[in-house]
Amino acid sequence: MKKIKKMNKTTKSNFITYLMVIVIYLAVQAMSMTGNLSSLMKGLLIPLCAYVILAVSLNLTVGILGELSLGHAGFMCVGAFSSAFFSKCMVDVIPSSGLRFFLAILLGTAMAGLFGFLIGIPVLRLKGDYLAIVTLAFGEIIKNIMNLLFIGKDSAGFHFSTKDSMSLGLKEGGTVIINGPQGITGTPRDSTFTIGVILILITLFIVLNLINSRSGRAIMAIRDNRIAAESVGIDITKYKLMAFSISAALAGSAGVLYAHNLATLNAQPKNFGYNMSIMILVFVVLGGIGNIRGSIIAAIVLTLLPELLRGLNDYRMLIYAVVLIVMMLFNWSPKAIEWRKRIMVKIRPGKKKDEKEAA
Amino acid sequence: MALLEVKNLGISFGGLKAVNEFQVTIEKGSLYGLIGPNGAGKTTIFNLLTGVYKPDEGIILLDGENIVGKKTIDINKAGIARTFQNIRLFKDLSVLDNVKAGLHNHYNYSTLEGIFRLPKYYKVEKAMDEKAMELLDVFGLAEEAHTLASNLPYGKQRKLEITRALATEPKLLLLDEPAAGMNPNETKELMDTISFVRDKFDMTILLIEHDMKLVSGICEQLTVLNFGQVLAEGRTSEVLNNPEVIKAYLGE
Amino acid sequence: MSFISYLINGISLGSVYALIALGYTMVYGIAKMLNFAHGDVIMIGAYVALTAMTGAGLPPLAAVLAAMVFCTVLGVTIERIAYRPLRNAASSLAVLITAIGVSYLLQNVALLIFGANTKSFTSVVSLKPISLAGGKLIISGETIVTIACCIIIMIALTLFIKKTKAGQAMRAVSEDKGAAQLMGINVNGTIALTFAIGSALAAIAGVLLCSAYPTLTPYTGSMPGIKAFVAAVFGGIGSIPGAMIGGILLGIIEIFGKAYISTQMADAIVFAVLIVVLIVKPTGILGKNIQEKV
Repeated sequence: MKKIKKMNKTTKSNFITYLMVIVIYLAVQAMSMTGNLSSLMKGLLIPLCAYVILAVSLNLTVGILGELSLGHAGFMCVGAFSSAFFSKCMVDVIPSSGLRFFLAILLGTAMAGLFGFLIGIPVLRLKGDYLAIVTLAFGEIIKNIMNLLFIGKDSAGFHFSTKDSMSLGLKEGGTVIINGPQGITGTPRDSTFTIGVILILITLFIVLNLINSRSGRAIMAIRDNRIAAESVGIDITKYKLMAFSISAALAGSAGVLYAHNLATLNAQPKNFGYNMSIMILVFVVLGGIGNIRGSIIAAIVLTLLPELLRGLNDYRMLIYAVVLIVMMLFNWSPKAIEWRKRIMVKIRPGKKKDEKEAA
Repeated sequence: MALLEVKNLGISFGGLKAVNEFQVTIEKGSLYGLIGPNGAGKTTIFNLLTGVYKPDEGIILLDGENIVGKKTIDINKAGIARTFQNIRLFKDLSVLDNVKAGLHNHYNYSTLEGIFRLPKYYKVEKAMDEKAMELLDVFGLAEEAHTLASNLPYGKQRKLEITRALATEPKLLLLDEPAAGMNPNETKELMDTISFVRDKFDMTILLIEHDMKLVSGICEQLTVLNFGQVLAEGRTSEVLNNPEVIKAYLGE
Repeated sequence: MSFISYLINGISLGSVYALIALGYTMVYGIAKMLNFAHGDVIMIGAYVALTAMTGAGLPPLAAVLAAMVFCTVLGVTIERIAYRPLRNAASSLAVLITAIGVSYLLQNVALLIFGANTKSFTSVVSLKPISLAGGKLIISGETIVTIACCIIIMIALTLFIKKTKAGQAMRAVSEDKGAAQLMGINVNGTIALTFAIGSALAAIAGVLLCSAYPTLTPYTGSMPGIKAFVAAVFGGIGSIPGAMIGGILLGIIEIFGKAYISTQMADAIVFAVLIVVLIVKPTGILGKNIQEKV
């Protein structure tokens, strides 16, 4: 305990974040072993890990870089498809699932990062809502292209088409790997909850350490005041692109995790369209813009909420919507904030003084 | 050779000449004032000097090197730092981090070294902390190092902006109305700070100001700008007694 | 001939987009918020009109009026309850997320009341198709009515904003809220009026859209909503003529894309054109170029 006290505030806060993830992991494992985890919940664990990674990585763009992105699911899509393609091709070549999945994660992450970089070059020249709509557009285009893509493999190598699987002209014994709207079937299901949690921890490690470094400071300086950042010699384009690409790459790793948990991977509006991007954005904003730990908690709570409400059947999404609106009003409305402060002073009159002393 | 030599500088916005045939020569180590009525083009000149705007004509020699056409960040690297009329701090960063952002180009380690917390990260961060605290100490801001910049009182925000500019180790420091919004006491203190900065860091300072007390109190030389053109220049006392200048300021 | 036929279809679809885009652009101009729930107001409008026609047996025109009234009240209520409290929130993202919440809410309310099954929409247009060039070019009644409606509304709206006091108040509030308030303009009222007009137009757009493409589900408004938003940005968000041009161009691009390139690619093409336009002109076709003052 003494050691924790000696750490500075940021280190301590980061430590709590890591600890929280590990404690939740252990609790879930314990519940799973004692048979207290419904199969429904078990099925949710890996997508949940992917959502947490997505939320944390989007917070890098929205909270730390300060740019609104509505196309985050597009990068997840790139990671998912590139890695699933790789894994399906390599099933026979690399029999070790551990090594194969490791390489798939690297590939999916790198591909998404590359897309983030290439898309970032034009997108980051724009500002505010214009930037947001263009990221949305890119996300939709990526999803759309995935639905048009047919790739097959036979003895002569790879064949591509954007029409249908017949026009691939595969020889006998050839297989269709990506089948347009039907997507990829038979990706090895290499994802596990443990790997998901490890990926979350790696994501946290990268994002939190980046924030508390020279580059992170430059990124936040740009967010707070672009003109002032330029005036002290910070390269705006470089750091914006860096944050955006890292954010995209991490979303790609979430896509890898997501894809290797599905029997069939296809790009639908609900998993890779703007609906997904918006759902991730909801996690980020509700958890607190720029608050990494908040993103994790919001992703977990909001993913579990509709499941916990499942007993209410038809009403669950309605309740979800109402809860979302009420929470936003409660958290952000200036009047509600003032009201909360007044209540806090009434309940705990000493607290305000303590806070001052602590500061 | 003068530190800054500007010749025949001009820029128009929508056909209107905002700055026309502006010239100035500033010797190393001097404290130079740029004054003029509102809308005379003073801040525009700062924006031209720092590459925010590209001039239509003219040259700007910093230490004999023409910096016209360079980007803002390269001009900062070449040695010009500035503050802003409407304070522009990194408001959600701590006071310390504001200064460390100013040290960005002088203390280097790669992003990967930062993410993986390699030894160089700790070494350089420590050196940055020390340097930043040293600067903050000079400006009496050390105690507030961990406060958010936006929570500082107004006068200290102005000081922090100067500190951040100095952290970039400039040859020339541009101050845009440093005393704006300050009471007489704060202005007095600010004058001491500016003189102190010049002496301690051997700095060359060009400042825009409306407060005549501050200008006559610390500036050795002045240029008066009116409608984008130089109205008068020279030693402060002479310029301020120039009938043309008095007319421009008080009207006819 | 098919080219002209596609062009007319494109203009017709684009007119619907333009009507929806007007709601986005007016609200953005005046409240500086992206009203993500706007697309779902269209869907609600269509359901109300359908219910009025098939359930209550009202004539089409009365059904459209009922939908307009309903959506106007709905729009104003949403603004009052969900958006107004967040107008001065610390982050502009707060109201965006709330709008997303409202969008979910409207979809799920519709889901509960009308069910998930696709309803077939009865066209409100009784006009017979016009056959031109000896039957080579057939223009449906819906197309004619849609384009005519759009033109009338555009003219009326432009006159309203230019000539009436309320319209001038809207312009004043969108320029500078604080100054408008000081001038004695009722800012809250003006913003509510903007939502009212936008929602009434959304109801018309919903009815026209479903008359031309007669299927209705709780998610019907979602994609046209996004596309209209794209149209608004395309034309320069905040600009009313921009929304018109953006909407119609978008409709034409979409129909041409479907006809000449690929049906599946049509959406991708629409978005790709948007990206190109914004990269060439970062504030849209008619958007004002505002440079930050240093």
